[in-house]
Amino acid sequence: MGTPTLLRPSVPSSRKGAGPRAAVVARAAATRWGLRGTALLYLGLLVALPTVAVVTRGFGSGLVALRDALTTLGGRQALILTIELAGLTAGINVVFGTVLAYVMTRYRFAGRKLLSTIVDIPFAIPTLVTGVMLRALYGPNAPVGGFLLRHGIHVIFAQAGILLALLFVTLPLVVRTVQPVLLELDETEEEAARVLGASRWVTFRKVVLPRIRSGIVAGGLLAFARALGEFGAVVMVAGNLIGKTLTAPVFITELLSQQKPDQAAAFATILFGLSFVLVLVTERLVRVKHREAA
Amino acid sequence: MSAALREARLSSSIRRRLVHGGLSAAAVLYVGTLVLAPLGGIVWAAVKGGWSTWTSTLSQPDVLHAYLLTGVITGITVVVTGVFGVVVALMLARDRFPGRGIVSAVADLPLAVSPVIVGLMAVLLFGNGGWFEPWFTAHGVQIIYAVPSMVLVTIFISIPFVVREIVPVLQELGVSEEEAARTLGASSFQTFFRVTLKNIRWGLLYGIALSTARAMGEIGAVLIVSSLIQGRTETAPLYIYRAFEQNQDPAGYVVAVTLALVSIVLLAAIEIFKRREEKGLQT
Amino acid sequence: MATPIRVESLWKRFGEFEAVKDVTFTAEEGSITALLGPSGSGKSTVLRMIAGLEEPTSGQIWMEGEEHTFKTVQERRVGFVFQHYALFRHMTVDQNIAFGLSVRKASKQEQRERVDELLELVQLAPFRDRYPDQLSGGQRQRVALARALAPRPKVLLLDEPFGALDARVRQELRRWLDDLHRELGVTSLLVTHDQDEALELANTIVVMHEGRVEQVGSPSEIYNEPATPFVAGFVGSSSVLHGNVIDGCVQFGEHRVPGADHLTEGEAASAYVRPHDVQVSAANGGVPEAAATVERIVTLGWLSRVALRLGDGQVLMAELPNRELEGIELGARVGVDMRNARAFDARDVASAPDLPEVGEAQ
Repeated sequence: MGTPTLLRPSVPSSRKGAGPRAAVVARAAATRWGLRGTALLYLGLLVALPTVAVVTRGFGSGLVALRDALTTLGGRQALILTIELAGLTAGINVVFGTVLAYVMTRYRFAGRKLLSTIVDIPFAIPTLVTGVMLRALYGPNAPVGGFLLRHGIHVIFAQAGILLALLFVTLPLVVRTVQPVLLELDETEEEAARVLGASRWVTFRKVVLPRIRSGIVAGGLLAFARALGEFGAVVMVAGNLIGKTLTAPVFITELLSQQKPDQAAAFATILFGLSFVLVLVTERLVRVKHREAA
Repeated sequence: MSAALREARLSSSIRRRLVHGGLSAAAVLYVGTLVLAPLGGIVWAAVKGGWSTWTSTLSQPDVLHAYLLTGVITGITVVVTGVFGVVVALMLARDRFPGRGIVSAVADLPLAVSPVIVGLMAVLLFGNGGWFEPWFTAHGVQIIYAVPSMVLVTIFISIPFVVREIVPVLQELGVSEEEAARTLGASSFQTFFRVTLKNIRWGLLYGIALSTARAMGEIGAVLIVSSLIQGRTETAPLYIYRAFEQNQDPAGYVVAVTLALVSIVLLAAIEIFKRREEKGLQT
Repeated sequence: MATPIRVESLWKRFGEFEAVKDVTFTAEEGSITALLGPSGSGKSTVLRMIAGLEEPTSGQIWMEGEEHTFKTVQERRVGFVFQHYALFRHMTVDQNIAFGLSVRKASKQEQRERVDELLELVQLAPFRDRYPDQLSGGQRQRVALARALAPRPKVLLLDEPFGALDARVRQELRRWLDDLHRELGVTSLLVTHDQDEALELANTIVVMHEGRVEQVGSPSEIYNEPATPFVAGFVGSSSVLHGNVIDGCVQFGEHRVPGADHLTEGEAASAYVRPHDVQVSAANGGVPEAAATVERIVTLGWLSRVALRLGDGQVLMAELPNRELEGIELGARVGVDMRNARAFDARDVASAPDLPEVGEAQ
């Protein structure tokens, strides 16, 4: 393999007899470590260090802080509610996201590009603005909200609102994870199945689905992880009722405002650990898929 | 063709069109209800307040300062994550060393962290009893509950975007053009600026656009580390948050709509860069 | 004497894997030297080490009397042509060719003149403002060549330059490279797995196999006097016949073929016989001595390949012009006379490549 392309020096080595090889190797090493050092320092200071801080603070005195947060302060309910809502979000968006991805890749129709752009809107909109939008539409004084309220359906300050917010922000995650996997699948395979007599649904189930399964799972996990930690959109539409509409991230802010940083740190570690594991698993899935396709 | 055959063909094509239509309709309906409707809602709410709300809100010095602060923080974030993101991506894509997987995971870590937790991290490092707090207090520098910590947390959450975009592009491009440049006498710098950078151009811009959108909209972390001092440490999202907290909904809607408009423009840029990137990799 | 390229005892290890083992050869001024071998033989690695794109594990590289083993790529001033062109996709043909000059801070005037000169040479002047993705494969490779030649390199290194092109274009470019080299006289080192290419273009061929040099020689030496079983089997087509050494010939059953003087009497040996060295005669009624049965005849244009089953069961391939096919038909008993062969001790033959099946196209 040799030393990587961009990391070789271009300074001429002129000393002979004094170990020319050593000089060149030393200079190559200097450049390479310069690049590595910068990258590692950047990531180490900005990412690794803060993470370590949270974990040590939360578990510095053992599990006391965690137990406190979970049992006495309402953390358990917040965690359960968050996991439930995140799971529901992932489940719903996995279905609709896959349909969207399929429609956008396999069908041709006017406005396909527009649809693609609209799907990306949640990537660009600030999450707080998302919450504001939902409030504007479903709030008690809003057109749709008022109508629903009269029929006994609460959206804002209720779980339905939180769900809508989470569905909104996680939709592009699922679509954009499934789409590349779908694109790799050659349409001719589906055609071959149909020539052999399989109906469209059977073709989808037996030919398409197994191949895009890893993408669907990855998208679902990403959506789940994202939904676990969502704050901006949720804080605008939820009502912070423990066990009803208090989600984990909002709970952490409350702990902080109550001057309970240790408990906040412990709880946060759990939440973050869960998300991190999910993201890692997703990475593995996506990378394995790419290696297979290559 | 016999009548039976013609009929079969017609019914199968009708069935196909129904399935196509049904699926497409479901997709469009879902996206419309979930994504477009709320957009419409916010525009309606903002317009409802009337022109006067717009002018009065947008002329408040607090609001203008909020925009300015958002711009400054976003600008710094984008520059820092852009430059260092390229450095990290180069290392991940071109260098071989043990622990590469860990570095890649660390670069992706901010995606998994709830912004609230990021704010917590800053408090734990720079707040009362924090690791670095004594040093900064001794030097009279205010980090937490002031703009510097807001910049730091925004950088944290923006780190992955540029890196994740460029690494696959670098990998797909391969090293042969860079090797060719070296055989022709180009130094590492020349090779990077004249060959590599040109080739990753669109991927880089795409990543930068994504991180801009993310940085601009940051709320969870900055909420915790700012002190919500009106006119001093309030970004645009923070202003909106406070406006709604204090029942100043109309003003909140106005600023929210302006942010939404800027995001739409960013979205257009994102889409353009994404398409250019895909096209560039096809050669 | 300052030869353009001299490689001594070059070794390259990638972890446990030895890609290049003790390679030594020299390239003369103004010559084309081909590194010929199957994929995995280490030839590309040797080329890249000469260019400086890889570092040798041990050994030395000398260019024009000066040791270059530890010089950087940029210092070596070699021209390198990649198999997949590696043109700068965001630059025009003009800018691609000028790159090596602009990087060395040549004046705009100089650059323009040199680019004009090279565009003229590779006959691509009308395409100067095109981008690589607007060119055909053959055109791209010509641009790559022009780009490599622009900074006036001391040597030209080509890594399977025509490998990615289709057969017709490959032939054309091969001829064109030959003419170009005659005109310019730049010392060139060409890596290829295509023996026709090597035999046609090179003054000297270095045959490589599994990281080692099997033989260094002129094309006719390589073809007519292969030094090892590998070279005998890899270059040109041969039938391999196994037998024993008797009286300076290799004997198998009733057949014998001369060429085993250098081997020990009685030892097991293998003879590599070229199809055109086999004379086949029709029976014409009588039963011929040293007979074989015709098993298969494949006619290709003006000649035919005949597969002959010998007395002891081995198969021999013969090539005859169609006009000599009289009386030779499927199942017939014919006389076989092998004029010439390269014989090797049976133990040396173990590592030679498997030859294709009887009747397969070469």
